[in-house]
Amino acid sequence: MDAEILARLQFAFTIAFHYIYPPLSIGLGIILVITEGLYLKTRKKIYENLTRFWIRIFALTFSLGVATGIVMEFEFGTNWATYSRFVGDVFGSALAAEGIFAFFLESGFLAILVFGWNRVKPPVHFFATCMVSLGSIMSAVWIVVANSWMQTPAGYQIVDNNGVMRAEITDFWAMVFNPSSVDRLSHVLGGCFLAGAFLVISIAAYYLIKGKFIEEAKISLKTGLFVALFASLFQLYTGHSSAIGVSENQPAKLAAFEAHYDSNKPGDLYLFGWVDTENKKVNYGIAIPGMLSYLLYGDTQKPVRGLDSFPLDEIPNVNFVFQTYHLMVAIGFTLIGITLFALFLLIRGKLFDTKWFLYVLAFSVLLPQIANQVGWFSAEVGRQPWIVYGLLKTSEAFSKNVSAESILFSLILFTLIYIILFLLFIFLLDKKIKHGPVEITEGQNENVKQRIS
Amino acid sequence: MEFTFDLNTTWFILIGVLFSGYAILDGFDLGVGALHLFSKGDENRRLLLNSIGPVWDGNEVWLVTGGGALFAAFPDVYATAFSGFYIPFMLLLFVLIFRAVSIEVRSKNEKAWWRKTFDFAFSFSSFFIALLMGITVGNIIQGLPIGADKYFTGSIIQMLNPYALAVGITTVAAFMMHGSIYLVMKTEGNLQTQIKGWVQNTMIFFIISYATVTVATLIYMPYMAEKFREYPVLFLIAIANMLAIANIPREISKNREFLAFLSSSVAILLLLTIFAIGLFPNFLISSINPAYSLNIYNASSSDGTLNIMLLMAIIGIPFVLAYTISIYWVFRGKVKIDSTSY
Ligand code: HDD
Ligand code: HEM
Ligand code: HEM
Repeated sequence: MDAEILARLQFAFTIAFHYIYPPLSIGLGIILVITEGLYLKTRKKIYENLTRFWIRIFALTFSLGVATGIVMEFEFGTNWATYSRFVGDVFGSALAAEGIFAFFLESGFLAILVFGWNRVKPPVHFFATCMVSLGSIMSAVWIVVANSWMQTPAGYQIVDNNGVMRAEITDFWAMVFNPSSVDRLSHVLGGCFLAGAFLVISIAAYYLIKGKFIEEAKISLKTGLFVALFASLFQLYTGHSSAIGVSENQPAKLAAFEAHYDSNKPGDLYLFGWVDTENKKVNYGIAIPGMLSYLLYGDTQKPVRGLDSFPLDEIPNVNFVFQTYHLMVAIGFTLIGITLFALFLLIRGKLFDTKWFLYVLAFSVLLPQIANQVGWFSAEVGRQPWIVYGLLKTSEAFSKNVSAESILFSLILFTLIYIILFLLFIFLLDKKIKHGPVEITEGQNENVKQRIS
Repeated sequence: MEFTFDLNTTWFILIGVLFSGYAILDGFDLGVGALHLFSKGDENRRLLLNSIGPVWDGNEVWLVTGGGALFAAFPDVYATAFSGFYIPFMLLLFVLIFRAVSIEVRSKNEKAWWRKTFDFAFSFSSFFIALLMGITVGNIIQGLPIGADKYFTGSIIQMLNPYALAVGITTVAAFMMHGSIYLVMKTEGNLQTQIKGWVQNTMIFFIISYATVTVATLIYMPYMAEKFREYPVLFLIAIANMLAIANIPREISKNREFLAFLSSSVAILLLLTIFAIGLFPNFLISSINPAYSLNIYNASSSDGTLNIMLLMAIIGIPFVLAYTISIYWVFRGKVKIDSTSY
């Protein structure tokens, strides 16, 4: 394998692994704000215990997010040096803004959030919780702005810099509010809230199945469902809005989403299918005829630009994009269904003892995770072969001075280390969940000490 | 050499400030980590770990932001250095990951083997981070084989030369000294007495290695001292540096721990200042042809970006300082283990 493929594999692997944790941290941040807010208002012990429980889970996802995030920042320079020279003037400022406006905020107040319970007054602690949540949202803002600029560049000009072309900023706010930022940011944040909400829902359902911590579980389940209701509908809306943006700004990507080949025909909306790229058609699929045209233009007859209008070397891997995209959308509708059904049961007063459905909820935590991953895969692979849409190709962007062997070496090590990290994460998460929302008392600590010494 | 105080120079200084902030802050917690295995017994080790517990993560953000700012202000320097130092930086990432994870999980399981494993991982990775960073600095001082295309390929064997290793070891020594002084501030009783012994030993270790590096630099890298010969006032910085170091044992013996810590912070800051003056206006010196060196002009972003970022820095830095100081204030005093501790 050559250096380009290896660099792409490594980037895809490391970002996908990183992206397990930020959505959990961002989503749990909101849950923490709600739960601690309720504690401040009612001052009931149960909310205190719950808040401290979610803080322990949050601390775990956060620390893995931090550990894997630094890798991402380094990788632009180590593996994508040509890209970094090309975009540094534009992209770098968003990344620097993330550091100064988001990471300092998050990590600073995280100290009080995690270690400050016995040191500061409850309102101060609550303020710290809000700041950590805000900081994590701000970091999503800046990184998604940077990524959206790569998808739909704006506010720049191409300049000859000592014989090498590069993008230079001309209008900062046009760069920040490039055509896809707002849609994609809201969609990404919605995905994060879903990830957090369903983690809470899943843990609560597990306690109800096991008959443990019943009161805590009921409160958590309701909190999670409350967030999930808004987030899942919001996700449908922002996803739709993103799709319209994609049709305007990245028509090749949209055509790949639906495997739409013929520019003279209206677009169909597939529920599922398997793309036969050679014969340019979709096999084993079910489609709503003209629905894509309808969603985009409000007219089932209007033609949609198809893949036939692009040069062959400017088309992404259609089946891959098609499958990942459709999986995300299917999960989106499933999550809406699960949430509405759960609310229906809740209103009927049956939610807490419908065993089979509690099992569904307990496993539902995987769905937003999968949707977040495949969503990014469809968005990122869908823009190939471009790394900066229309300006720089991925094949030109990697570090030409780094050998394939070096990348293979780092890729193997990342794989090993990330497997260990993931096992540790699952082990510790399981331990914290089993321990449950009760305090680790000083007495227990004493026991621990004696056992070790 | 002409010296004009312009936008590019400002950014050279600001990047220096970010990396110095990193060296001073993460420096002490890396030092604590490197010393971790010298403390015996679970109780003591937990005290050490929790002395940096609430702050190490925030300290690391100085590195993250320094990297981001370098990317934005001097993209060519970022691209050349990060791709050129590929293998060392990958190793650096691995130890950074190990360290973060060890701190987080070490006390989460009571089993003795578990804690021993992560004690080792924490200490070893802290040591290695400091060493790798020092080795990188050592290579930057020596110059790099940067070509006309602004790329270089560093071989790991070449990078592990004696000079770079000496700088690496000096960095480890400086951080250990700094960390042990921090610990004196955070501990009490027997543990504190024991740690005062560490301060002595690490200081001796640091002074010897620092003197060796200085002599080697003056002999083999005379260009690093050029500006000092040109502008003798700059020698005041070197003298101030020595005074700051000499002041440490004095403050320790008078039990003024905070002032001792301040002295070692100043010493680290001045060390980096001397390094930066030696390099200026270059970031990366080409050993092939001086014309290929990356300096604050030929490697920078456009003035537009530098101005935008300056504005961000002016808005952001007061906030960053405000909450950094308040966090250290909230967690001031001796470490105590409670239910929220690691
Ligand atoms: C939607 C949000 C999101 C996305 C798309 C990314 N991250 Fe991330 N990142 C976060 C959201 C986040 C976060 C929520 O702020 C983290 C993760 C977990 C955490 O708990 O903080 C974080 C941590 C984190 C850190 C450590 C910060 C610290 O030390 O406190 C770095 C350096 C990065 N990230 C860098 C990146 C880069 C270079 C990315 C792109 C390639 C990236 N992240 C994608
Ligand atoms: C966190 C969410 C993200 C996910 C899950 C994600 C996913 C991916 C995937 C799967 C690839 C590989 C595509 C391929 O090999 O064909 C990729 C490539 C890439 N992405 Fe993203 N991405 C994310 C965010 C970002 C951000 C925020 C940036 C930049 C700011 C970015 C920049 C890149 C670059 C430089 C590549 C390498 C070129 C390539 O292989 O396509 N990504 N990403
Ligand atoms: C309900 C139906 C959904 C629709 C119609 C939809 C639509 C879209 C579209 C069109 C994109 C591509 C945007 C672009 O490339 O610029 C996208 C990306 C993405 N989706 Fe969805 N989505 C849906 C549900 C979900 C769900 C439930 C999640 C996660 C829980 C999710 C997570 C993502 C992510 C992380 C991305 C990549 C980031 C981005 O490009 O915005 N989506 N989605």
